[in-house]
Amino acid sequence: MSISRRRLLGSGTGIALTGALAAACGSNTGRGSGDGPAIDQWYHQYGEPGAEQAVKRYADAYAQADVTVQWRPGNYDQQTAAALLTASGPDVFEVNGPTLDQIQGGQVVDLTDLVAGVKDDFHPAVLATKTHDDRIWGIPQVVDAQLLYYRKSMLADAGIEPPRTLDELIDAAKELTTKDVKGLFWGNDGGPGVLMATPLYAAGLSAVTDDGTVGFDDPAAARTLGKLRRPYKDKSLLLGAPSDWSDPSAFIQGLTAMQWSGLWALPQIKKELRDDVGVLPFPKDGPDGAPSVQVGAYGAAVSARSEHQRQAKAYLKWLWVDKTEYQEDFALSYGFHIPARISLAKKAEKLKEGAAAEAVRFATDHGYAQPLLWTTASQTAYKDALSRIIKDGADPDGELRSVVRKTEAELRRVKKKR
Amino acid sequence: MGREADPLTAPGAGRRSALTRRPSAPCATPGPARRPAVPRRLLGPQNRNLWFWIFVGPFVIGLTVFTYVPLAWSVYLSFFDAHNTVSPTDFVGFDNYTAMLRDDAFTDSLATFAVFTAFIVPATFVLSLALALMVNRLRWAQAFFRSVFFLPVACSYVVAALVWKMSIFNGVRFGLANTVLGWFGADQVAWLSTTDPPWYWLVIVTVRLWLQTGFYMVLFLAGLQRIPPRLYEAAAVDGARPGWQTFRHVTFPQLRATSVAVALLLVINAFQAFDEFYTLLSDARGYPPYARPPLVYLYYTALGQEQNLGLGSAGAVILALIIAVVTVAQARWFGLGRKEE
Repeated sequence: MSISRRRLLGSGTGIALTGALAAACGSNTGRGSGDGPAIDQWYHQYGEPGAEQAVKRYADAYAQADVTVQWRPGNYDQQTAAALLTASGPDVFEVNGPTLDQIQGGQVVDLTDLVAGVKDDFHPAVLATKTHDDRIWGIPQVVDAQLLYYRKSMLADAGIEPPRTLDELIDAAKELTTKDVKGLFWGNDGGPGVLMATPLYAAGLSAVTDDGTVGFDDPAAARTLGKLRRPYKDKSLLLGAPSDWSDPSAFIQGLTAMQWSGLWALPQIKKELRDDVGVLPFPKDGPDGAPSVQVGAYGAAVSARSEHQRQAKAYLKWLWVDKTEYQEDFALSYGFHIPARISLAKKAEKLKEGAAAEAVRFATDHGYAQPLLWTTASQTAYKDALSRIIKDGADPDGELRSVVRKTEAELRRVKKKR
Repeated sequence: MGREADPLTAPGAGRRSALTRRPSAPCATPGPARRPAVPRRLLGPQNRNLWFWIFVGPFVIGLTVFTYVPLAWSVYLSFFDAHNTVSPTDFVGFDNYTAMLRDDAFTDSLATFAVFTAFIVPATFVLSLALALMVNRLRWAQAFFRSVFFLPVACSYVVAALVWKMSIFNGVRFGLANTVLGWFGADQVAWLSTTDPPWYWLVIVTVRLWLQTGFYMVLFLAGLQRIPPRLYEAAAVDGARPGWQTFRHVTFPQLRATSVAVALLLVINAFQAFDEFYTLLSDARGYPPYARPPLVYLYYTALGQEQNLGLGSAGAVILALIIAVVTVAQARWFGLGRKEE
């Protein structure tokens, strides 16, 4: 039987159309059950079991709008950055920021009025990273802190006290290193990615000062960063572990005696190692130094391209300002984060004893958040320089000079946009 | 059985169809032939133009929408300050180009990749040609070995890079490479994190060779099978020894067209490197300053959180021009398209 071209094309088109219609009709939109306008909400994929179901439950409980939750794996920051360029992005979204360029580019909506009355109840360090020109552009959801975990038994066996200065930490890492166990793990890259500005704050400096100038144009910065080469050179660092610093597997498996990781790893570590774990801030360095703990917070923001900005803001206020029971549930029932609201953090039972209480105290006393004015371009230049200092033995003075120039140029650029 | 004349092309055919045409007056002399109507002419004889566009049109539309428009847009963006926007208004002329060319990280990535290209192109070329020569000499199971060597081509670059990173070359004692080193009493090596010596190149080069050698082997194999056997017979009669002498004077010259195509593809692929580098060396906090391909750097500049689309576009245009110049120079050098003697 021969088939004419017309019949072939007609059949092909028919099949294609049928498929497209079937796909369109059969797709599950995952819509919530509320009335009113449809609101799209994005979260990055948390690794904590139950967190996804929880946020969908919160969305379902909102009666004023039909909220659809998208739980997005992969490079979430890149996904949101790209989605905000189009009209097809989310209405409400979780963001590791917003960044200064997103704020100055008019991509996010001013949320200052949502936190009126409870502004002082938010952790000041993380609220500062959401604030630009005295306006608030994101509502902190939870506070995450990064700390140094150490195996008490390993340090005791080696006769080493928990390190209180950077020099002591470097010496301890060397002494704890054996054929099978490394002394210290702070990322497969040797430290630059996760440490970022933490050593600068430990030296009594900052990335960008409160008045908007470079905070590390100081000989102390080169001195402290130069010391970070030693553990790499001594071969005290664990490098190339199957999972990186954010996952406590290497620490639990006994591949390292000390690991830099997030507070979120504490429940898993406690479960495996029970009381054989202690936490420390990044130790101070130099006479003007102080311990430092990097704190950060994913914030909830509203896209300026949303067609339902008013309803999106109302939903965001309901979820991250009014519904404190949901905020506490989200912070502590699935993973382990400090609630962004001080009042909630104070009354949380899980944060009142042991290593958790220590971690909260360190975050409160020594917490710093990366300033909004320290742009991604400045951070990239700094991280590259730190990598060369640690791995190639590059001259810290020379490397920092070029980072200072880059940061100054970026500060000029963002101030010009005001 | 004679065919009827096509009423549309027959002399005297008018605007109306043959069925509705009024019969001409008896004995009337036929008038001058009329040209078919414009829509009919557009359709072409036997609707050939229509069918051409039905088959080719979707691809032309796809190419225009997904390749040429973004390319033109990228060139347009490169002349603007485009932070977090694809519709910028702040014209900056060539500032993005000068900034990119003064950016040490970008120029380092270009220099690094010139060196990488200088190594990976000959290495892949020699290895794939050697494999093709071996497979071509097989008297049995040739199809089996051809498939075996070609199989890695079907593997995703990302998957292969993950296997290399997490299983073979992870930096802990139970990684495959470190286990083998352990048998000889050597210390474990952090393959992807050590810059002195730069072991990460071993990981990158081996995964790339494993992934792409089979493809180029098949190209060479096709070239080898096109060489007429009589050339070898003539060479043997002239006293050429089998092996190197025959390869040098018969096989390799006959493979010139294939060799040029392979070399061109390898150079372009080397400069477009992204997948395995990104998978092997990036982490949640970015990418280290070593072994950073231009495309990875531009990805972070334009599509990372920095979202500097103007600067990233300028870098992309510079990179495209470099690839184009290198390709054209290489093609002229090797005489691509020149008629084979």
